Amino acid sequence: MPDFPRDGVVAVVKRDCPTCRLVEPVLAQVPGITVYSQDDPTFPPGARDDTGLEASLALDVETVPTLVRFAGGAEVARTAGWLRPAWEELTGVDGLGAGLPEHRPGCGSRTSDPELAEELLVRARGHTLASRTLELTALEDEAEALYDRGWSDGLPVVAPTRARVLRMLDGTTRGPGEVVAVVPPNLVPVTVEKVAINAVLAGCRPEYLPVVLAAVEAACTDEFNAHGLLATTWGAGPAIVVNGPVAGEIGLNSGGNALGQGARANSTIGRALQLVIRNVGGGRPGGVDRATLGHPGKVGFCFGEDEAGSPWEPLSVSRGMAAGVSAVTVFAAEGPRGIADQISRTPGSLARSLAAGLRSVAHPKLPMGFDATLVVCPEHARVFADAGWSRADLAAALAEALTLDPAEIVRGAPGGLMIVHAGGGAGMFSAVIGGWVGGTAGSTPVTREVVR
Amino acid sequence: MIVLDPTDESASAQREPIARPVSLDGVRVGLLDISKPRGDVFLDRLEALLGERGVAVRRYAKPTFAKPLPPDLRREIAAECEVVIEALAD
Repeated sequence: MPDFPRDGVVAVVKRDCPTCRLVEPVLAQVPGITVYSQDDPTFPPGARDDTGLEASLALDVETVPTLVRFAGGAEVARTAGWLRPAWEELTGVDGLGAGLPEHRPGCGSRTSDPELAEELLVRARGHTLASRTLELTALEDEAEALYDRGWSDGLPVVAPTRARVLRMLDGTTRGPGEVVAVVPPNLVPVTVEKVAINAVLAGCRPEYLPVVLAAVEAACTDEFNAHGLLATTWGAGPAIVVNGPVAGEIGLNSGGNALGQGARANSTIGRALQLVIRNVGGGRPGGVDRATLGHPGKVGFCFGEDEAGSPWEPLSVSRGMAAGVSAVTVFAAEGPRGIADQISRTPGSLARSLAAGLRSVAHPKLPMGFDATLVVCPEHARVFADAGWSRADLAAALAEALTLDPAEIVRGAPGGLMIVHAGGGAGMFSAVIGGWVGGTAGSTPVTREVVR
Repeated sequence: MIVLDPTDESASAQREPIARPVSLDGVRVGLLDISKPRGDVFLDRLEALLGERGVAVRRYAKPTFAKPLPPDLRREIAAECEVVIEALAD
């Protein structure tokens, strides 16, 4: 804390400010005044050096010049800019600045300088971060350096500087030290701060962080079994579908190309979850990740459900969450594959088409041995909506259409099917997303509330 | 540029495996079935072969191959055996 006078007047100025230069002679008229200079300790003569901005920050100065009166060690009066009556009242000196205009507005304090914002943020709150710091040398290319340290999934990552991580943490009300989950495969407790660092790497914006935190929580449950999903030679990985108001607020795409590229929230939230599993949990391809093939969506797979255009209640509501509550549902996912049906005009006919597409999950003669998610596009959903079919009606019709003659079955058991509504307004193309073994021997989808 | 470490800082940089026993004399061998199909076929044969050599054997099984070994079972095997052979059959 700077050594402010217990009783007296303090001024904060900078040479770069025309109003500060204008009032230089006025400052000399105030007996015993203490002047701090933000940019040039020789201005005005006798000023204290505040180029480090300690005094300005301690006084929370927004404008220069700022004049503060202390009495008994406490601030009792303050004025900013030049206004003769206010200065005379604060200082108790009459006849200040004869010949000067009556009033001149001040300039922005250097504490508000965008060039210094990051440095000041780190200085003010850097001590709240607990993670180890590493200094990259000036000769290192940062993208190469981060890749070389093994922190990347193969794509470039954003450097997790302290300022970026602090800004990321502003996206949640949760404390940085709070433990979110225990991350497989190494069973490592992960804090909000570590998740935030990986969210920065992934390219997330701060407002995505609550969704990432909920996804990490959901993925690190015994039911979801992220360890098994990672370790299996089968190629599925974790995917996230988001419901509730948060999806729209953060710009998560649930419309055209919802399962594709182009929307930052879609591209980075799933990636952040995968980077947490990689960097914190230690789950890496060639290590515990034993996938024979894998799929491109293992870089990250996240999309929103189109609730506004859906004939059905949100998926999260079907899975027990209250309506209007933001939630993530994490599920095992292969890459999506389209099912074209531009001919069916009745719900029964369309359901049989979709069932035929679902039949190929894993193997046509292993009926429902693996879970699957069906993404129903708007033009297909309209057929079910017009016929008054609920999500459960569609699920029942699919189950019936998927029933095989026992002679055709090699192995099989009733499995889990999730039905989600998403996609662009044009195109009678739904998609099937194959999963993995369901139930207690595999992975069960898990839904968690997004807490902000 | 200063960056924050995104990894688990508690993990050791490397872990050394313990030395392999030079013989199975007086050693108890755990046979762990991860519950994949036909793993028992492999372990039954190993048990018979080890029995012919007079090696003491104990059998264990994971509840499911899809999930990690329960910690209690891991401790039980570590307490009862010096060597473990795991069957990853399919």
